[in-house]
Amino acid sequence: MGEIKRIIIIGAGQAGGETAQRLRQGGFAGDITLIGEEPAAPYQRPPLSKAYLKGELSMDRLLLRPAEMYAEENITLLTKLRAVWIDRSNKKVRVEGGRELPYDALVLATGAKPRKLPLVGADLEGVFLFRTAGDVDRVRERFVSGARLVVIGAGYIGLEVAAVARQCGLEVTVVETAVRPLARVTSPEVAGFFLDEHTRQGVRFVLGGQPAVLKGQDRVTGVALTDGMEIPADIVIAGIGVTPDIALAEQCGLTVANGILTDRHCRTADPAIYAIGDCAARPMVHFEGRIARLESVHNAVEGAKVVAAHLLGAKDHTEEAPWFWSDQYDLKLQIAGLFHGYEHVAFRGVMADRAFAAFYYKGERLIAVDAVNKPAEYLGAKMLIQTGRSLPPAVLEDTSRPMKELVASAR
Amino acid sequence: MPKITYIEDSGKEHVVEAPVGQTVMEAAVKHAVPGIDADCGGACACATCHVYVDPEWLAKTGEQNSMEQSMLDFANDVETNSRLSCQIKVTPDLDGLVVRLPKSQH
Ligand SMILES: Cc1cc2nc3c(=O)[nH]c(=O)nc-3n(C[C@H](O)[C@H](O)[C@H](O)COP(=O)(O)OP(=O)(O)OC[C@H]3O[C@@H](n4cnc5c(N)ncnc54)[C@H](O)[C@@H]3O)c2cc1C
Ligand code: FES
Repeated sequence: MGEIKRIIIIGAGQAGGETAQRLRQGGFAGDITLIGEEPAAPYQRPPLSKAYLKGELSMDRLLLRPAEMYAEENITLLTKLRAVWIDRSNKKVRVEGGRELPYDALVLATGAKPRKLPLVGADLEGVFLFRTAGDVDRVRERFVSGARLVVIGAGYIGLEVAAVARQCGLEVTVVETAVRPLARVTSPEVAGFFLDEHTRQGVRFVLGGQPAVLKGQDRVTGVALTDGMEIPADIVIAGIGVTPDIALAEQCGLTVANGILTDRHCRTADPAIYAIGDCAARPMVHFEGRIARLESVHNAVEGAKVVAAHLLGAKDHTEEAPWFWSDQYDLKLQIAGLFHGYEHVAFRGVMADRAFAAFYYKGERLIAVDAVNKPAEYLGAKMLIQTGRSLPPAVLEDTSRPMKELVASAR
Repeated sequence: MPKITYIEDSGKEHVVEAPVGQTVMEAAVKHAVPGIDADCGGACACATCHVYVDPEWLAKTGEQNSMEQSMLDFANDVETNSRLSCQIKVTPDLDGLVVRLPKSQH
Protein backbone atom coordinates (compact mmCIF):
# COMPACT_ATOMS: atom_id res chain seq x y z
CA MET A 1 0.00 0.00 0.00
CA GLY A 2 3.03 2.26 0.28
CA GLU A 3 3.79 4.38 3.29
CA ILE A 4 0.73 5.39 5.27
CA LYS A 5 0.87 8.98 6.43
CA ARG A 6 -2.77 10.03 6.33
CA ILE A 7 -5.65 8.00 7.69
CA ILE A 8 -9.24 9.17 7.30
CA ILE A 9 -12.04 7.58 9.30
CA ILE A 10 -15.60 8.26 8.13
CA GLY A 11 -18.14 7.94 10.92
CA ALA A 12 -17.40 9.18 14.43
CA GLY A 13 -19.34 6.53 16.34
CA GLN A 14 -17.90 3.92 18.67
CA ALA A 15 -16.07 2.04 15.92
CA GLY A 16 -14.57 5.18 14.37
CA GLY A 17 -13.69 6.77 17.71
CA GLU A 18 -11.99 3.65 19.04
CA THR A 19 -10.01 3.26 15.82
CA ALA A 20 -8.59 6.79 16.06
CA GLN A 21 -7.68 6.26 19.70
CA ARG A 22 -6.08 2.87 19.15
CA LEU A 23 -4.04 4.09 16.19
CA ARG A 24 -2.60 6.90 18.30
CA GLN A 25 -2.05 4.75 21.37
CA GLY A 26 -0.42 2.15 19.19
CA GLY A 27 2.14 4.70 18.02
CA PHE A 28 0.83 5.88 14.64
CA ALA A 29 2.46 9.28 14.13
CA GLY A 30 0.77 10.45 10.91
CA ASP A 31 -2.44 12.41 10.36
CA ILE A 32 -5.70 11.00 11.67
CA THR A 33 -8.92 12.67 10.55
CA LEU A 34 -12.21 11.51 12.04
CA ILE A 35 -15.30 12.77 10.20
CA GLY A 36 -18.74 12.54 11.81
CA GLU A 37 -22.07 14.09 10.95
CA GLU A 38 -23.42 14.10 14.50
CA PRO A 39 -22.70 17.17 16.67
CA ALA A 40 -21.01 15.24 19.47
CA ALA A 41 -17.62 13.54 19.74
CA PRO A 42 -17.91 9.72 19.63
CA TYR A 43 -20.18 8.38 22.36
CA GLN A 44 -21.66 5.10 23.56
CA ARG A 45 -25.13 4.24 22.36
CA PRO A 46 -26.08 1.43 24.79
CA PRO A 47 -26.98 3.78 27.68
CA LEU A 48 -29.36 5.67 25.36
CA SER A 49 -32.11 3.11 25.99
CA LYS A 50 -31.03 2.57 29.60
CA ALA A 51 -29.49 5.05 32.08
CA TYR A 52 -29.51 8.03 29.69
CA LEU A 53 -33.21 7.69 28.91
CA LYS A 54 -33.86 7.42 32.64
CA GLY A 55 -31.98 10.67 33.13
CA GLU A 56 -29.28 9.08 35.26
CA LEU A 57 -26.38 9.81 32.92
CA SER A 58 -25.40 13.10 31.34
CA MET A 59 -24.06 13.51 27.80
CA ASP A 60 -20.48 14.06 28.96
CA ARG A 61 -20.54 10.64 30.60
CA LEU A 62 -21.70 9.03 27.35
CA LEU A 63 -18.65 10.32 25.50
CA LEU A 64 -15.96 7.73 24.89
CA ARG A 65 -13.32 10.39 25.63
CA PRO A 66 -13.69 14.07 26.47
CA ALA A 67 -13.95 16.12 23.26
CA GLU A 68 -10.74 18.05 24.09
CA MET A 69 -8.71 14.89 24.08
CA TYR A 70 -8.84 14.53 20.32
CA ALA A 71 -6.92 17.79 19.86
CA GLU A 72 -4.50 16.83 22.64
CA GLU A 73 -3.73 13.61 20.81
CA ASN A 74 -3.51 15.40 17.50
CA ILE A 75 -6.57 13.71 16.05
CA THR A 76 -8.54 16.01 13.75
CA LEU A 77 -12.16 15.51 14.75
CA LEU A 78 -14.59 17.11 12.30
CA THR A 79 -18.13 16.97 13.66
CA LYS A 80 -21.41 18.03 12.01
CA LEU A 81 -19.79 17.23 8.72
CA ARG A 82 -20.86 14.61 6.22
CA ALA A 83 -18.51 12.86 3.86
CA VAL A 84 -20.29 12.76 0.51
CA TRP A 85 -17.97 11.23 -2.07
CA ILE A 86 -15.04 8.86 -2.23
CA ASP A 87 -12.65 9.05 -5.17
CA ARG A 88 -10.77 5.77 -4.98
CA SER A 89 -8.46 6.31 -7.90
CA ASN A 90 -7.12 9.58 -6.49
CA LYS A 91 -7.60 8.49 -2.85
CA LYS A 92 -9.66 11.46 -1.80
CA VAL A 93 -12.75 12.00 0.32
CA ARG A 94 -15.02 14.92 -0.45
CA VAL A 95 -17.01 16.42 2.40
CA GLU A 96 -20.09 18.63 2.36
CA GLY A 97 -19.11 22.05 1.11
CA GLY A 98 -16.77 20.55 -1.44
CA ARG A 99 -13.45 20.28 0.42
CA GLU A 100 -11.40 17.26 -0.63
CA LEU A 101 -9.20 15.40 1.82
CA PRO A 102 -6.50 13.00 0.63
CA TYR A 103 -5.91 9.67 2.35
CA ASP A 104 -3.46 6.79 2.22
CA ALA A 105 -5.81 4.54 4.19
CA LEU A 106 -9.55 5.00 4.67
CA VAL A 107 -11.76 3.43 7.34
CA LEU A 108 -15.52 3.30 6.76
CA ALA A 109 -17.28 3.28 10.13
CA THR A 110 -20.59 4.74 9.01
CA GLY A 111 -22.74 2.56 11.25
CA ALA A 112 -26.41 2.04 10.64
CA LYS A 113 -29.53 4.12 10.28
CA PRO A 114 -32.75 3.30 12.12
CA ARG A 115 -35.59 2.09 9.90
CA LYS A 116 -38.38 4.60 9.63
CA LEU A 117 -41.93 3.32 9.98
CA PRO A 118 -43.22 2.83 6.43
CA LEU A 119 -46.60 4.25 7.40
CA VAL A 120 -48.76 7.27 6.86
CA GLY A 121 -48.24 9.50 9.87
CA ALA A 122 -44.63 8.53 10.47
CA ASP A 123 -43.65 12.22 10.35
CA LEU A 124 -46.16 13.37 12.96
CA GLU A 125 -44.89 15.10 16.05
CA GLY A 126 -44.51 12.62 18.89
CA VAL A 127 -43.18 9.84 16.64
CA PHE A 128 -39.54 9.04 17.31
CA LEU A 129 -36.68 6.93 16.07
CA PHE A 130 -34.17 5.77 18.64
CA ARG A 131 -30.56 5.90 17.53
CA THR A 132 -28.79 9.11 18.50
CA ALA A 133 -28.46 11.13 21.68
CA GLY A 134 -30.44 13.82 19.84
CA ASP A 135 -33.31 11.37 19.26
CA VAL A 136 -33.38 10.48 22.95
CA ASP A 137 -33.19 14.12 24.11
CA ARG A 138 -36.35 14.83 22.13
CA VAL A 139 -38.13 11.75 23.51
CA ARG A 140 -37.15 12.51 27.07
CA GLU A 141 -39.06 15.78 27.25
CA ARG A 142 -42.23 13.73 26.77
CA PHE A 143 -41.28 10.93 29.12
CA VAL A 144 -43.57 11.94 31.97
CA SER A 145 -45.64 9.80 34.30
CA GLY A 146 -49.04 8.96 32.83
CA ALA A 147 -48.05 9.58 29.20
CA ARG A 148 -49.17 6.85 26.81
CA LEU A 149 -46.32 5.24 24.93
CA VAL A 150 -46.57 2.80 22.06
CA VAL A 151 -43.35 1.02 21.18
CA ILE A 152 -43.36 -0.56 17.74
CA GLY A 153 -40.96 -3.49 17.60
CA ALA A 154 -40.08 -5.85 20.45
CA GLY A 155 -36.34 -6.19 19.98
CA TYR A 156 -33.83 -5.41 22.71
CA ILE A 157 -34.02 -1.65 22.22
CA GLY A 158 -37.84 -1.67 22.20
CA LEU A 159 -38.01 -3.75 25.38
CA GLU A 160 -35.37 -1.66 27.14
CA VAL A 161 -37.33 1.49 26.32
CA ALA A 162 -40.52 -0.20 27.59
CA ALA A 163 -38.78 -1.10 30.87
CA VAL A 164 -37.51 2.44 31.47
CA ALA A 165 -40.92 3.84 30.53
CA ARG A 166 -42.65 1.65 33.12
CA GLN A 167 -40.11 2.72 35.71
CA CYS A 168 -40.95 6.35 34.86
CA GLY A 169 -44.67 5.66 35.22
CA LEU A 170 -45.74 5.73 31.58
CA GLU A 171 -48.51 3.53 30.18
CA VAL A 172 -46.79 1.22 27.74
CA THR A 173 -48.00 -0.90 24.83
CA VAL A 174 -45.58 -2.85 22.68
CA VAL A 175 -46.72 -3.79 19.18
CA GLU A 176 -44.80 -6.54 17.44
CA THR A 177 -45.58 -8.09 14.08
CA ALA A 178 -44.05 -11.45 15.03
CA VAL A 179 -45.93 -13.73 17.42
CA ARG A 180 -43.29 -13.31 20.10
CA PRO A 181 -40.86 -10.63 21.23
CA LEU A 182 -37.11 -10.90 20.49
CA ALA A 183 -37.91 -13.28 17.64
CA ARG A 184 -34.71 -12.59 15.73
CA VAL A 185 -32.34 -12.57 18.66
CA THR A 186 -33.19 -15.35 21.07
CA SER A 187 -35.01 -18.63 21.62
CA PRO A 188 -38.77 -18.88 22.25
CA GLU A 189 -38.03 -19.92 25.84
CA VAL A 190 -35.96 -16.88 26.73
CA ALA A 191 -38.33 -14.62 24.78
CA GLY A 192 -41.20 -16.06 26.85
CA PHE A 193 -39.36 -15.20 30.04
CA PHE A 194 -38.99 -11.56 29.00
CA LEU A 195 -42.60 -11.42 27.81
CA ASP A 196 -43.80 -12.62 31.22
CA GLU A 197 -41.53 -10.22 33.06
CA HIS A 198 -42.72 -7.18 31.09
CA THR A 199 -46.34 -8.27 31.42
CA ARG A 200 -45.88 -8.52 35.18
CA GLN A 201 -44.42 -5.02 35.15
CA GLY A 202 -47.56 -3.74 33.46
CA VAL A 203 -46.51 -3.60 29.80
CA ARG A 204 -49.30 -4.48 27.38
CA PHE A 205 -48.31 -6.54 24.33
CA VAL A 206 -49.99 -6.75 20.95
CA LEU A 207 -48.21 -9.67 19.29
CA GLY A 208 -48.82 -10.48 15.66
CA GLY A 209 -50.06 -6.89 15.29
CA GLN A 210 -49.56 -4.99 12.03
CA PRO A 211 -49.52 -1.20 12.41
CA ALA A 212 -51.40 0.38 9.50
CA VAL A 213 -51.55 4.13 10.15
CA LEU A 214 -50.32 6.58 12.75
CA LYS A 215 -53.27 8.77 13.64
CA GLY A 216 -53.26 12.47 14.43
CA GLN A 217 -53.42 15.96 12.92
CA ASP A 218 -50.08 17.50 13.87
CA ARG A 219 -49.31 15.35 16.85
CA VAL A 220 -49.67 11.62 17.00
CA THR A 221 -52.76 10.48 18.91
CA GLY A 222 -52.79 6.76 18.24
CA VAL A 223 -51.71 3.74 16.27
CA ALA A 224 -54.26 1.94 14.12
CA LEU A 225 -53.59 -1.70 13.29
CA THR A 226 -54.65 -3.54 10.14
CA ASP A 227 -57.25 -5.54 12.09
CA GLY A 228 -59.00 -2.32 13.10
CA MET A 229 -57.64 -2.11 16.63
CA GLU A 230 -56.62 1.41 17.66
CA ILE A 231 -54.19 2.15 20.48
CA PRO A 232 -54.20 5.70 21.85
CA ALA A 233 -50.73 7.23 22.10
CA ASP A 234 -48.97 10.44 23.11
CA ILE A 235 -45.60 9.04 22.07
CA VAL A 236 -44.72 6.41 19.46
CA ILE A 237 -41.21 4.98 19.37
CA ALA A 238 -40.11 2.86 16.43
CA GLY A 239 -37.64 0.13 17.28
CA ILE A 240 -37.89 -1.89 14.10
CA GLY A 241 -34.24 -2.36 13.36
CA VAL A 242 -31.57 -0.62 11.36
CA THR A 243 -30.09 -0.72 7.89
CA PRO A 244 -26.33 -0.52 7.44
CA ASP A 245 -25.16 2.81 6.05
CA ILE A 246 -23.54 1.64 2.84
CA ALA A 247 -24.23 4.70 0.69
CA LEU A 248 -20.60 5.79 0.29
CA ALA A 249 -19.36 2.26 -0.25
CA GLU A 250 -21.92 1.76 -3.01
CA GLN A 251 -21.10 5.09 -4.59
CA CYS A 252 -17.42 4.19 -4.90
CA GLY A 253 -18.12 0.68 -6.14
CA LEU A 254 -17.15 -1.51 -3.19
CA THR A 255 -18.92 -4.83 -2.77
CA VAL A 256 -21.97 -4.52 -0.57
CA ALA A 257 -24.56 -7.05 0.43
CA ASN A 258 -26.08 -6.77 3.87
CA GLY A 259 -23.24 -4.42 4.80
CA ILE A 260 -19.89 -3.56 3.28
CA LEU A 261 -18.14 -6.82 2.58
CA THR A 262 -14.65 -7.31 4.03
CA ASP A 263 -12.16 -10.07 4.70
CA ARG A 264 -11.20 -11.27 8.19
CA HIS A 265 -8.94 -8.23 8.60
CA CYS A 266 -11.85 -5.87 7.88
CA ARG A 267 -10.32 -4.97 4.49
CA THR A 268 -12.61 -4.32 1.56
CA ALA A 269 -11.67 -5.35 -1.98
CA ASP A 270 -9.77 -2.03 -2.19
CA PRO A 271 -6.62 -2.62 -0.10
CA ALA A 272 -6.61 1.03 1.03
CA ILE A 273 -10.14 0.85 2.45
CA TYR A 274 -11.38 -0.90 5.59
CA ALA A 275 -14.94 -1.18 6.90
CA ILE A 276 -15.92 -1.88 10.53
CA GLY A 277 -18.79 -1.78 12.99
CA ASP A 278 -22.50 -1.85 12.18
CA CYS A 279 -21.94 -1.02 8.49
CA ALA A 280 -19.68 -3.97 7.70
CA ALA A 281 -19.96 -7.74 7.25
CA ARG A 282 -17.07 -10.20 7.46
CA PRO A 283 -16.33 -13.90 7.89
CA MET A 284 -16.18 -14.81 11.58
CA VAL A 285 -14.14 -17.55 13.21
CA HIS A 286 -16.77 -18.08 15.91
CA PHE A 287 -19.49 -18.45 13.28
CA GLU A 288 -17.85 -21.30 11.34
CA GLY A 289 -16.22 -18.74 9.06
CA ARG A 290 -19.59 -17.61 7.79
CA ILE A 291 -20.16 -13.96 6.92
CA ALA A 292 -22.07 -11.93 9.47
CA ARG A 293 -22.88 -8.31 10.17
CA LEU A 294 -23.18 -7.71 13.89
CA GLU A 295 -24.64 -4.71 15.67
CA SER A 296 -22.85 -4.54 18.98
CA VAL A 297 -20.25 -2.75 21.02
CA HIS A 298 -18.10 -5.85 20.91
CA ASN A 299 -18.12 -5.77 17.12
CA ALA A 300 -17.40 -2.04 16.93
CA VAL A 301 -14.45 -2.36 19.33
CA GLU A 302 -13.15 -5.50 17.67
CA GLY A 303 -13.21 -3.84 14.25
CA ALA A 304 -11.25 -0.92 15.69
CA LYS A 305 -8.68 -3.28 17.19
CA VAL A 306 -8.29 -5.29 14.01
CA VAL A 307 -7.87 -2.25 11.76
CA ALA A 308 -5.51 -0.44 14.11
CA ALA A 309 -3.39 -3.57 14.45
CA HIS A 310 -3.37 -4.13 10.68
CA LEU A 311 -2.43 -0.52 9.90
CA LEU A 312 0.30 -0.59 12.54
CA GLY A 313 1.66 -3.77 11.00
CA ALA A 314 1.03 -5.90 14.10
CA LYS A 315 0.66 -9.62 13.74
CA ASP A 316 -2.62 -11.49 13.64
CA HIS A 317 -5.35 -10.59 16.06
CA THR A 318 -7.26 -13.27 17.99
CA GLU A 319 -10.95 -12.92 17.36
CA GLU A 320 -13.04 -12.60 20.47
CA ALA A 321 -16.29 -14.56 20.76
CA PRO A 322 -19.14 -12.09 20.10
CA TRP A 323 -20.81 -10.67 23.20
CA PHE A 324 -23.75 -8.42 23.98
CA TRP A 325 -25.87 -7.36 26.91
CA SER A 326 -29.27 -5.88 27.67
CA ASP A 327 -30.58 -4.34 30.89
CA GLN A 328 -34.30 -4.47 31.65
CA TYR A 329 -35.62 -3.68 35.14
CA ASP A 330 -33.23 -5.49 37.50
CA LEU A 331 -32.44 -8.14 34.89
CA LYS A 332 -29.03 -8.20 33.29
CA LEU A 333 -29.00 -10.33 30.19
CA GLN A 334 -25.51 -11.22 29.00
CA ILE A 335 -25.00 -13.00 25.70
CA ALA A 336 -21.94 -14.67 24.21
CA GLY A 337 -21.62 -16.42 20.87
CA LEU A 338 -24.17 -16.45 18.04
CA PHE A 339 -27.23 -18.63 18.54
CA HIS A 340 -28.34 -18.76 14.89
CA GLY A 341 -28.88 -22.29 13.69
CA TYR A 342 -28.92 -23.86 17.17
CA GLU A 343 -30.53 -27.28 17.46
CA HIS A 344 -30.81 -27.75 21.19
CA VAL A 345 -31.02 -25.58 24.27
CA ALA A 346 -30.07 -26.53 27.84
CA PHE A 347 -30.92 -24.57 30.97
CA ARG A 348 -28.94 -24.03 34.12
CA GLY A 349 -31.07 -22.72 36.94
CA VAL A 350 -34.78 -21.94 36.67
CA MET A 351 -36.53 -18.92 35.23
CA ALA A 352 -38.71 -18.50 38.31
CA ASP A 353 -35.57 -17.48 40.25
CA ARG A 354 -34.97 -14.69 37.71
CA ALA A 355 -31.44 -16.03 37.38
CA PHE A 356 -30.69 -18.70 34.79
CA ALA A 357 -28.64 -19.44 31.72
CA ALA A 358 -29.71 -20.89 28.37
CA PHE A 359 -26.93 -22.70 26.50
CA TYR A 360 -27.36 -23.20 22.77
CA TYR A 361 -25.93 -26.20 20.94
CA LYS A 362 -25.37 -27.12 17.35
CA GLY A 363 -24.85 -30.85 17.43
CA GLU A 364 -22.65 -31.36 20.48
CA ARG A 365 -20.99 -28.00 20.21
CA LEU A 366 -21.85 -25.12 22.51
CA ILE A 367 -22.36 -22.06 20.28
CA ALA A 368 -24.01 -19.42 22.46
CA VAL A 369 -25.34 -18.50 25.88
CA ASP A 370 -28.08 -16.17 27.14
CA ALA A 371 -27.44 -15.61 30.84
CA VAL A 372 -29.93 -13.68 32.96
CA ASN A 373 -28.42 -12.42 36.23
CA LYS A 374 -25.83 -15.19 35.88
CA PRO A 375 -22.48 -13.53 35.15
CA ALA A 376 -20.40 -16.61 35.91
CA GLU A 377 -22.39 -18.68 33.42
CA TYR A 378 -21.96 -15.93 30.83
CA LEU A 379 -18.22 -15.54 31.26
CA GLY A 380 -17.67 -19.28 31.60
CA ALA A 381 -19.55 -20.07 28.41
CA LYS A 382 -17.83 -17.19 26.64
CA MET A 383 -14.45 -18.71 27.51
CA LEU A 384 -15.57 -22.10 26.24
CA ILE A 385 -16.83 -20.67 22.95
CA GLN A 386 -13.73 -18.53 22.56
CA THR A 387 -11.46 -21.55 22.92
CA GLY A 388 -13.67 -23.90 20.90
CA ARG A 389 -14.44 -26.12 23.89
CA SER A 390 -17.77 -27.56 24.93
CA LEU A 391 -19.50 -29.32 27.81
CA PRO A 392 -22.45 -31.69 27.43
CA PRO A 393 -25.88 -30.24 28.34
CA ALA A 394 -26.24 -32.57 31.33
CA VAL A 395 -22.99 -31.23 32.79
CA LEU A 396 -23.97 -27.59 32.42
CA GLU A 397 -27.44 -28.28 33.82
CA ASP A 398 -25.94 -29.64 37.03
CA THR A 399 -26.15 -26.68 39.39
CA SER A 400 -24.49 -28.59 42.24
CA ARG A 401 -21.10 -27.84 40.70
CA PRO A 402 -19.92 -24.25 40.28
CA MET A 403 -19.53 -22.92 36.75
CA LYS A 404 -15.85 -22.24 37.20
CA GLU A 405 -15.13 -25.85 38.09
CA LEU A 406 -17.14 -27.05 35.08
CA VAL A 407 -15.28 -24.75 32.72
CA ALA A 408 -11.94 -25.95 34.07
CA SER A 409 -12.97 -29.55 33.34
CA ALA A 410 -13.87 -28.86 29.70
CA ARG A 411 -11.71 -29.92 26.80
CA MET B 1 -11.63 16.84 42.93
CA PRO B 2 -10.33 13.57 44.38
CA LYS B 3 -7.02 12.44 42.91
CA ILE B 4 -6.52 8.82 41.94
CA THR B 5 -3.20 7.20 41.11
CA TYR B 6 -3.19 4.35 38.60
CA ILE B 7 -0.02 2.29 38.45
CA GLU B 8 0.57 0.28 35.30
CA ASP B 9 2.07 -3.18 35.51
CA SER B 10 5.33 -1.64 34.27
CA GLY B 11 5.35 0.69 37.27
CA LYS B 12 4.39 3.79 35.32
CA GLU B 13 2.11 6.06 37.36
CA HIS B 14 -0.81 8.19 36.19
CA VAL B 15 -2.36 10.69 38.58
CA VAL B 16 -5.85 11.68 37.50
CA GLU B 17 -8.51 14.03 38.86
CA ALA B 18 -11.71 12.04 39.20
CA PRO B 19 -15.10 13.75 39.39
CA VAL B 20 -17.21 12.66 42.37
CA GLY B 21 -20.10 10.46 41.27
CA GLN B 22 -18.27 8.97 38.29
CA THR B 23 -16.47 5.66 38.56
CA VAL B 24 -12.81 4.79 38.97
CA MET B 25 -13.04 3.22 35.49
CA GLU B 26 -14.44 6.37 33.87
CA ALA B 27 -11.74 8.61 35.31
CA ALA B 28 -9.07 6.31 33.87
CA VAL B 29 -10.65 5.96 30.43
CA LYS B 30 -11.30 9.69 30.11
CA HIS B 31 -7.61 10.34 30.76
CA ALA B 32 -6.46 7.56 28.44
CA VAL B 33 -4.76 5.58 31.20
CA PRO B 34 -3.50 2.54 29.30
CA GLY B 35 -4.36 -0.86 30.73
CA ILE B 36 -8.06 -0.32 31.41
CA ASP B 37 -10.05 -1.35 28.34
CA ALA B 38 -13.57 -1.07 29.76
CA ASP B 39 -15.10 -2.28 26.51
CA CYS B 40 -18.67 -2.28 27.82
CA GLY B 41 -18.48 1.23 29.22
CA GLY B 42 -19.27 0.22 32.78
CA ALA B 43 -22.20 -2.13 32.25
CA CYS B 44 -20.46 -4.87 34.26
CA ALA B 45 -20.52 -6.96 31.10
CA CYS B 46 -16.92 -7.23 29.93
CA ALA B 47 -14.59 -7.60 32.95
CA THR B 48 -11.88 -5.58 31.17
CA CYS B 49 -11.63 -2.90 33.86
CA HIS B 50 -9.93 -5.06 36.50
CA VAL B 51 -7.73 -3.25 39.05
CA TYR B 52 -5.99 -4.07 42.33
CA VAL B 53 -6.95 -1.69 45.10
CA ASP B 54 -4.04 -0.67 47.31
CA PRO B 55 -4.64 -2.61 50.58
CA GLU B 56 -4.78 0.63 52.60
CA TRP B 57 -7.81 1.70 50.60
CA LEU B 58 -9.83 -1.50 50.67
CA ALA B 59 -12.12 -0.39 53.49
CA LYS B 60 -13.00 2.87 51.73
CA THR B 61 -13.67 1.38 48.31
CA GLY B 62 -16.16 -1.09 49.77
CA GLU B 63 -16.94 -4.68 48.92
CA GLN B 64 -17.29 -6.44 45.59
CA ASN B 65 -20.95 -6.81 44.68
CA SER B 66 -22.13 -10.29 43.74
CA MET B 67 -22.26 -9.65 39.99
CA GLU B 68 -18.73 -8.27 40.12
CA GLN B 69 -17.50 -11.18 42.22
CA SER B 70 -18.76 -13.72 39.70
CA MET B 71 -17.17 -11.80 36.83
CA LEU B 72 -13.83 -11.52 38.63
CA ASP B 73 -13.88 -15.22 39.28
CA PHE B 74 -13.07 -15.63 35.59
CA ALA B 75 -10.54 -12.83 35.22
CA ASN B 76 -6.79 -13.52 35.05
CA ASP B 77 -4.53 -13.12 38.09
CA VAL B 78 -7.29 -12.30 40.55
CA GLU B 79 -6.21 -11.33 44.06
CA THR B 80 -8.18 -10.60 47.21
CA ASN B 81 -7.90 -6.88 46.43
CA SER B 82 -9.21 -7.25 42.87
CA ARG B 83 -12.11 -5.04 41.80
CA LEU B 84 -13.90 -4.08 38.62
CA SER B 85 -13.14 -0.37 38.52
CA CYS B 86 -16.50 0.43 36.89
CA GLN B 87 -18.13 -0.71 40.12
CA ILE B 88 -16.22 1.71 42.37
CA LYS B 89 -17.92 5.12 42.64
CA VAL B 90 -15.65 8.08 43.28
CA THR B 91 -16.44 9.78 46.60
CA PRO B 92 -14.60 12.61 48.38
CA ASP B 93 -13.26 9.89 50.71
CA LEU B 94 -11.32 8.35 47.86
CA ASP B 95 -8.99 11.35 47.44
CA GLY B 96 -5.53 9.80 47.22
CA LEU B 97 -6.72 6.34 46.15
CA VAL B 98 -4.05 4.12 44.61
CA VAL B 99 -4.93 1.24 42.26
CA ARG B 100 -2.63 -1.05 40.30
CA LEU B 101 -3.40 -2.46 36.88
CA PRO B 102 -3.03 -6.09 35.85
CA LYS B 103 -0.58 -7.16 33.15
CA SER B 104 -3.47 -7.66 30.72
CA GLN B 105 -7.24 -7.44 30.76
CA HIS B 106 -7.77 -10.52 28.58
C1 LIG C 1 -30.40 2.52 21.78
C2 LIG C 1 -29.30 1.55 21.51
C3 LIG C 1 -28.95 0.62 22.49
C4 LIG C 1 -27.92 -0.29 22.26
N1 LIG C 1 -27.57 -1.17 23.26
C5 LIG C 1 -26.52 -2.01 23.07
C6 LIG C 1 -26.09 -2.88 24.12
O1 LIG C 1 -26.67 -2.93 25.20
N2 LIG C 1 -25.02 -3.67 23.90
C7 LIG C 1 -24.33 -3.66 22.71
O2 LIG C 1 -23.34 -4.37 22.56
N3 LIG C 1 -24.73 -2.85 21.69
C8 LIG C 1 -25.80 -2.03 21.85
N4 LIG C 1 -26.20 -1.19 20.83
C9 LIG C 1 -25.51 -1.29 19.52
C10 LIG C 1 -24.24 -0.49 19.49
O3 LIG C 1 -24.40 0.75 20.12
C11 LIG C 1 -23.82 -0.31 18.03
O4 LIG C 1 -23.58 -1.58 17.50
C12 LIG C 1 -22.58 0.54 17.90
O5 LIG C 1 -22.81 1.84 18.35
C13 LIG C 1 -22.11 0.58 16.45
O6 LIG C 1 -21.06 1.50 16.32
P1 LIG C 1 -20.61 2.06 14.91
O7 LIG C 1 -19.52 3.02 15.20
O8 LIG C 1 -20.38 0.94 13.98
O9 LIG C 1 -21.88 2.80 14.31
P2 LIG C 1 -22.67 4.09 14.81
O10 LIG C 1 -22.69 4.11 16.27
O11 LIG C 1 -23.95 4.07 14.06
O12 LIG C 1 -21.79 5.31 14.32
C14 LIG C 1 -21.67 5.67 12.98
C15 LIG C 1 -21.56 7.18 12.88
O13 LIG C 1 -21.20 7.54 11.58
C16 LIG C 1 -21.93 8.68 11.16
N5 LIG C 1 -21.93 8.71 9.69
C17 LIG C 1 -22.52 7.84 8.83
N6 LIG C 1 -22.27 8.19 7.55
C18 LIG C 1 -21.51 9.31 7.60
C19 LIG C 1 -20.93 10.15 6.60
N7 LIG C 1 -21.08 9.91 5.30
N8 LIG C 1 -20.20 11.21 7.00
C20 LIG C 1 -20.02 11.48 8.32
N9 LIG C 1 -20.55 10.72 9.31
C21 LIG C 1 -21.27 9.65 8.95
C22 LIG C 1 -23.27 8.43 11.79
O14 LIG C 1 -24.00 9.63 11.90
C23 LIG C 1 -22.87 7.88 13.16
O15 LIG C 1 -22.66 8.91 14.08
C24 LIG C 1 -27.24 -0.28 21.02
C25 LIG C 1 -27.61 0.64 20.03
C26 LIG C 1 -28.62 1.55 20.26
C27 LIG C 1 -29.01 2.52 19.18
S1 FES D 1 -16.22 -1.68 32.11
FE1 FES D 1 -17.02 -3.58 31.45
S2 FES D 1 -17.14 -4.64 33.34
FE2 FES D 1 -16.31 -2.76 33.96
